[in-house]
Amino acid sequence: MPETTTDTSSNGFEPRIVAFFCNWCTYLAADLAGTSRMKYAPNARVIRVMCSGRVDPQFVLEALANGADGVLIGGCHPGDCHYQEGNYKALRRFKLLQRMVADLGVEEERLRLEWISAAEADRVRVVMDEMTDQLRRLGPFRHEEAVMAIAAQQPQEVPV
Amino acid sequence: MSGPSLNGDTRIGVYVCHCGTNIAGPIDVEAVTEYAAGLPGVVVARAYKYMCSDPGQELITHDILEEGLDRVVVASCSPSLHEETFRRAVAKGGVNPYLFQMVNIREHGSWVHDDVEMATAKAKDLVRAGVARVRFHRPLEPRRVPVDGSAMVVGGGIAGIHAALTLANAGKHVYLVEREPTIGGHMAQFDKTFPTLDCAACILTPKMTQVRNHPNITLWTMAEVVEVDGFVGAYRVKVRHEPRFIIEDACVGCLECIDVCVFRNGKTPDEFNLGLSKRKPIYIPFPQAVPQVVVIDPEACIEFRAGCRKKTCVEVCADRNAIDFQQVATFDEVEVGTIVLATGFKTFDAGRIPYYGYGRYDNVYTALEVERLVNAAGPTTGEVVLRDGRTPQSVGIIHCVGSRDENTNTHCSRVCCMYSLKLAHLMKEKTGAEVYNFYIDMRTPGKGMEEFYNRVGSEGVHFIRGKVGDVYPEAGDTGRLVLQAEDTLLGRIRKIPVDMVVLATGIEPQSDAEDVRRLFNITCSAGGFFMERHPKLAPVSTFTDGVFLAGTCQGPRDIPDTVAQAGAAAAEALALIDAGSILLEPNTAFVSAEDCSGCKTCIGMCPYQAIAHIDGKAVINEVLCKGCGTCVAACPSGAIHQNLFDDDEIFEEILGVLIHA
Repeated sequence: MPETTTDTSSNGFEPRIVAFFCNWCTYLAADLAGTSRMKYAPNARVIRVMCSGRVDPQFVLEALANGADGVLIGGCHPGDCHYQEGNYKALRRFKLLQRMVADLGVEEERLRLEWISAAEADRVRVVMDEMTDQLRRLGPFRHEEAVMAIAAQQPQEVPV
Repeated sequence: MSGPSLNGDTRIGVYVCHCGTNIAGPIDVEAVTEYAAGLPGVVVARAYKYMCSDPGQELITHDILEEGLDRVVVASCSPSLHEETFRRAVAKGGVNPYLFQMVNIREHGSWVHDDVEMATAKAKDLVRAGVARVRFHRPLEPRRVPVDGSAMVVGGGIAGIHAALTLANAGKHVYLVEREPTIGGHMAQFDKTFPTLDCAACILTPKMTQVRNHPNITLWTMAEVVEVDGFVGAYRVKVRHEPRFIIEDACVGCLECIDVCVFRNGKTPDEFNLGLSKRKPIYIPFPQAVPQVVVIDPEACIEFRAGCRKKTCVEVCADRNAIDFQQVATFDEVEVGTIVLATGFKTFDAGRIPYYGYGRYDNVYTALEVERLVNAAGPTTGEVVLRDGRTPQSVGIIHCVGSRDENTNTHCSRVCCMYSLKLAHLMKEKTGAEVYNFYIDMRTPGKGMEEFYNRVGSEGVHFIRGKVGDVYPEAGDTGRLVLQAEDTLLGRIRKIPVDMVVLATGIEPQSDAEDVRRLFNITCSAGGFFMERHPKLAPVSTFTDGVFLAGTCQGPRDIPDTVAQAGAAAAEALALIDAGSILLEPNTAFVSAEDCSGCKTCIGMCPYQAIAHIDGKAVINEVLCKGCGTCVAACPSGAIHQNLFDDDEIFEEILGVLIHA
């Protein structure tokens, strides 16, 4: 397990969340949450992308494989995408990804897709707190176990 | 597309901003800076009180020259605020401005977290990710696109009128699109304006005429925008023209057709007078309407219902031949460089608060109806006559109807206190009635406003601090209504019978604001008004470049503020047009041909048809690409790259936030 700057030893488990927020809705909502001085759990690290449609499923897997306990994707509401339909593409990929990681035994709470408009700062607060709470209860993500699961699924060679 | 080799030849400078105590309070800035100094590739790490200040920026420029930095990371506020500022500072030092990464530790850090230890740890993670990412940045050039010299203004109220005139006076061609048959908006319906008591029509109609006569303005009434395509500098806008059944250029505005209409009297509620009078099927909204062109209401005209009638209007129009019953909707498509939205507001529907009795008791009016009642050009030629024919001896004005109320709208509509004072003054002047204002708080900020409040008070208007809880008919068939409220200054319930109740209805977003927002690809704030780019520093810009906001579509405001804002929106649009071109973020996608398998997966991903399949490979047209990156994520071969958001940059950022370097 890689070493991190988040202290996980002293006051119980603090989950690490990687969040991908689109530039036009959710990132701005998070900015607004800041301007409005809302307080929420400091567990997520936001990575800005221009559109939720930019989120490659590999980004999510990379995060999970490198110590993230959960991944959050934030985009514009359906019909509101700055690029017309990037969020629909994100939704499609997310649905597939959900099924795939479920097969690997990853709890569904570890992945979350949220539509949060630029005005919905409070939604950012709620989602951040909820997800952090859920992951706290769920405990750390042991990606090695998922890797073992993949290995276990490899077809065995049948001796002739 | 590998980044620079990491053999120590990158020289990164990291700057952590205190932002006074905004960041330095909840985040240990010194600890973050010290941590950054130890990250690979970092040769300078400094903390400074205000990085966005001149000395802060000079710090960057200076270090680039002295320390030979080739990459810069600034950890401060949101990139939406100061990314440009720091890019300029980097460029000033001679380094490509895109070899820079901004890390948001204020909006996403110090302002949302209290726990110093956790917030500092998060800031370190984010800085680490920024440093990891910036190593992979490549030098880029912004895209320069030309800006079309014309503008579109949507909405012909006072905001749209003022914005259009400002742009037109500067020599720009303006398309002014208004969906009603006349421009003028709500202001045309008002009688006087507070606090100066100028006659609204007297100050508005000259501007309306100017619009009509201006050589640089194409005025389209009964028109609506139905499609918006393109981008800043080159928007393609499709406008639908509703049939007016009048050939606009042929009508001379003699209004003879109205006189001879087979309807001797109007039967249709007059929209301009809010149904307080009736109009004929062929009508002009109000005497000073612009354009001075009649309009036929197909719902009311019997020609449309039965046909083969006398067509007296056609007869009297004679060889002017301005009437055309065959007209159908038509479309225009124009290219404009910039767009000003001035789509205005709607007044709160008073029927939503049943206990105020609007629509149930005849003598309950909305404030806008009273504006028409006291107006000399209104349905009663300015005489205040109730629906039952009496002149009111007493009037009760209820403030904050549909404002500052958790059940309707939580916002203050800003204008109701002042217009209530104005109406109180006018009612007293015209009828000598006793006027009672029921208010929650009197809000009279602005030039001359408090003075006007004092003046109206000294005229003998009564002020009762309390929210009216009930309106009911007085016992004994007096025709009066009793207003019941708790007078919070006296601390007791008061029941005041009045002849007339006026509801000071608030300002709401237009009912189709959501559709308009989607059409123009902008955002709404929580209350449903259009959202500005920044509440303080970019109050008329939106997050869609080249689209500006003017007037009440952005939030409740009075006429002076609306005009000022419309001028500001016009100035922003002008700056864009006069620059002749605009620099766009170079975050477009491109295909690495040797990796492309020609599978065409990307082609269907692009909402802009920017990807073509040429000689077995995908090719992205940089001009059409808007930089969403959806194709990049979809490419199974990893052959598509996106500037500023390429896979290697994002993967580094992911590892950066998670793993100790």
